[in-house]
Amino acid sequence: MRVVILGCGRVGSTLAAILTREGHQVCVIDRDQSAFDKAAQRLGPSFTQDTVRGVGIDEDVLRQAGIEEADAFISVTSGDNTNLVAAQIAQQRFQVPKVLARVYDPIRAEAYREAGVETICTTTISTGLFHDLVLNRPIRSTQEYIDTTVTQPESSES
Amino acid sequence: MYVIVVGGGKVGYFLTRTLIAEGHEVTLIEQDQDRVARLTAEFGEAVVVGDGCEVRVMEDAGMGRADCVVAVTGHDEDNLIVCQMAKRHFGVPRQIARVNNPENEENFHTLGVSETVASTRIIYKLIDQEVETGESLLLTALKRGNIEIVTVDLTPNSPATGKAVKDIHLPGECVLAAIIRDERILLPSGTTELLPGDTVIAVTKPDSQHILKDALVGESSSAVRREG
Repeated sequence: MRVVILGCGRVGSTLAAILTREGHQVCVIDRDQSAFDKAAQRLGPSFTQDTVRGVGIDEDVLRQAGIEEADAFISVTSGDNTNLVAAQIAQQRFQVPKVLARVYDPIRAEAYREAGVETICTTTISTGLFHDLVLNRPIRSTQEYIDTTVTQPESSES
Repeated sequence: MYVIVVGGGKVGYFLTRTLIAEGHEVTLIEQDQDRVARLTAEFGEAVVVGDGCEVRVMEDAGMGRADCVVAVTGHDEDNLIVCQMAKRHFGVPRQIARVNNPENEENFHTLGVSETVASTRIIYKLIDQEVETGESLLLTALKRGNIEIVTVDLTPNSPATGKAVKDIHLPGECVLAAIIRDERILLPSGTTELLPGDTVIAVTKPDSQHILKDALVGESSSAVRREG
């Protein structure tokens, strides 16, 4: 499988390392060279076959990373909006079959999931996990956490 | 009209000031505290503090009843998300986005945000046209820049000088609209002969502009090559 990963943070680089070890062809994009250096220190220099430095919503950068032949595109930068825009470009412009975006904001994650972008809201998932653990309840499946309806926080006055 | 402006930089500031002066109701959303302090001093309660991409902030600003949202932050991805959320989540009828990097403009259109203003491209085009004074000058762009009205000044050496309009090979999507000769406006017909000193006003597709230039004043210019 050819996979393009946008964002060489902890998730992006670790995922790249796992996929690479499994024999997939991976290219990681980040705008910051030091992100690649740090990942190489943590995971060894062969955590990915290929890296491209650049902005992930730039089509030339995406092409250079091989998005035209990619089977999957995973957007895991620290910016929700960057992830959402890059995912939509991968999906609509390059017709990448599998596109995933991490989104911290539960509302945006839900809104874009409804609009056809597969979003993973790590806030909802980890909040649900902590919630169950702190109350000594059994842990549920990831899907259940994802499906948890987002509750708007009550305003401080109430 | 109720307009929500997201981004209180220079563009957002002047836009808000202009719209308020024209009597529109405006809310300006800005997240930087220092900027908010300065903006509030001038616009008062029209300024809302917060991240304009957050639904809660959008709700507080009254996005649900806005006639138009204008996203003018310095970040293209933020501008795009603001417009998409305004459209899909709040049903705002009109969304206008500033595009900082002109290369992103097409993607805005692909992703459903059709009204874009790419200031860098506009400024560059204007400068480019200014540099070529005496050849061809862009008067205005219509239909989001897909139709342009240009003027071309003919010199004695221009290839079109001395020719009848029907003998000039113009691309299909290009019309000679008028000729200005000695302060008079002539409506060109096929037999109208072009003279040195004539100013030709043409309506054209941007892609055809270089063919038009070639036909009227010769050698296409650098501006047009970059267009391609």
